[in-house]
Amino acid sequence: MAAATPDQHKPGRRWHVAIFLAPAVLVYTAIMIIPLFSTLVQSLFNTVDGERAFVGLKNFQTLFGDPRWAASFWNALKNNVWFFVVHMLVQNPIGVLLAAILSNPNLRMRGFYRTAIFIPTILSFVIVGFVWKLILSPLWGIAPSMLDAIGLKHLFGSWLGQEGSALTTLALVSVWQFVGIPMMLIYAALLSIPDEVIEAAEIDGLTGMKQFFKIQLPLILPTVGIISILTFVGNFNAFDLIYVSQGAQAGPNFSTDLLGTLLYRTFFGFQLQLGDPNMGSTIATMMFLIILVGVAIYLFGIQTRLRRYQF
Amino acid sequence: MAIARSSLPRAIAAHAVLIAYTLIALFPVFVIVINAFKERRAIFNSPLALPNDETFSLIGFETVTQQGDFLLYFQNSLVVTVVSLTCVLLFGAMAAFALSEYRFRGNLLMGLYLALGIMIPIRLGTVAILQLMVATGLVNTLTALILVYTAQGLPLAIFILSEFMRTVSDDLKNAGRVDGLSEYRIFFTLVLPLVRPAMATVAVFTMIPIWNDLWFPLILAPAESTKTVTLGAQVFIGQFVTNWNAVLAALTLAIIPVLVLYLVFSRQLIRGITSGAVK
Repeated sequence: MAAATPDQHKPGRRWHVAIFLAPAVLVYTAIMIIPLFSTLVQSLFNTVDGERAFVGLKNFQTLFGDPRWAASFWNALKNNVWFFVVHMLVQNPIGVLLAAILSNPNLRMRGFYRTAIFIPTILSFVIVGFVWKLILSPLWGIAPSMLDAIGLKHLFGSWLGQEGSALTTLALVSVWQFVGIPMMLIYAALLSIPDEVIEAAEIDGLTGMKQFFKIQLPLILPTVGIISILTFVGNFNAFDLIYVSQGAQAGPNFSTDLLGTLLYRTFFGFQLQLGDPNMGSTIATMMFLIILVGVAIYLFGIQTRLRRYQF
Repeated sequence: MAIARSSLPRAIAAHAVLIAYTLIALFPVFVIVINAFKERRAIFNSPLALPNDETFSLIGFETVTQQGDFLLYFQNSLVVTVVSLTCVLLFGAMAAFALSEYRFRGNLLMGLYLALGIMIPIRLGTVAILQLMVATGLVNTLTALILVYTAQGLPLAIFILSEFMRTVSDDLKNAGRVDGLSEYRIFFTLVLPLVRPAMATVAVFTMIPIWNDLWFPLILAPAESTKTVTLGAQVFIGQFVTNWNAVLAALTLAIIPVLVLYLVFSRQLIRGITSGAVK
């Protein structure tokens, strides 16, 4: 808070502001904002008699009116919602639990645990998809023989191959992969709580679990909110894990189809169906709107109600 | 510092949970790596056994180095990741400095504009990005990937770095100004070194999605000469689906570079997180 702020520079001498901003703004605008906007616009166009023509909302009519399009869209959306629900219910509680244990300053080998638990997050989807397919395979799989060893073989099913369980299994694999991110962010948030707050709680006789739920948890809620919205955005454009483990067809029988795989198939085509950039743009626009609604709910409905504490 | 209150049973419980989860986290990696060094029959008969004198074999690695252009894929991935990361950190830090240091008309608006990309994934613009790359002749070049990943990484980088730069003391910068340093010198020699921990945090979170991305390599640069290691491994699995040795060896090789990069940065990452706490 020094008295002299740089604002006092004369306007003519402030080229450096533009120079500092230019590279980032140019790349970001040219590669991200303009294509995004252009994709939204293309959802209003289609090829009529070999020419590109403005068709208004007709693509959306096709998407929701044509039974085949509508069925795949709602199926993908429903699967995507479930994918997200599994993440919220499993990933975040595990992340909080691990971070809470790790934040204990007396714990030994914290660095090792932190590094080890974060390793799945750095692996590529190709590796993750392949290894879990191997582990869960009914033929070669390690899971059946491990269950056999403890006498629980009857519990095993080909989880990735059945319509009823494939999506949940993949969601759990994704949780396994990404649990490191909530863990790290919550760990950082827990470390930022001043020691005096914890000491005061201890003097008041709050320790252990009770202390965690009464003191730490309320203080890290904003971080949990940020993690939730990041998970939401990530889940609603997820594609890679499904593609590498089930292929673009998102089998069995489209039971693992997410909006991302639907977009890929529509835009790029598969088997006999040709790629369709306009319908692809239409689906991308729907994904954009869904994400926008989610972000808006977070920003106006949740974030403003969370109390932030300044230390 | 909390008083050393952690009783023995509680410490044991904490370690039990952490060890259990560490096993869950590392077990699949372990399975890949040990089986990569075994001969085919041993992979099927005893997948969990460590390789021994009888079962040890490097045949998978030989297949990989002979068959695929894996060395090239690695090189592509490294070039794309390192160049994109450099651009994100440099451009991101510059923009973050402009936003946090100078008051100018439209500052807040510019900050919001640049933050849009945190919430809206760049993938939704894929249709038009592909058209843009076709129009500019950049399809099947590493440049296309670098541009896309730079744009993808910038919003979060700018957001995090500008938060950190606000904490750099004004006195220091003004002392530099009194000494006659230009704004560029102040940025490069005074501010950048101070936000290094934050840069490391940003680097880790930027690097991982770039290295692992399958979507843009698949769409923008699927040619043999521009395949990244992620796409290469995916194609390789498709082609050699029955050759477990080769696939496992390829996957083992694919883990190494990103693991090394992560371990290099992770020290800084911890420092970044702790210094975030200190602020």
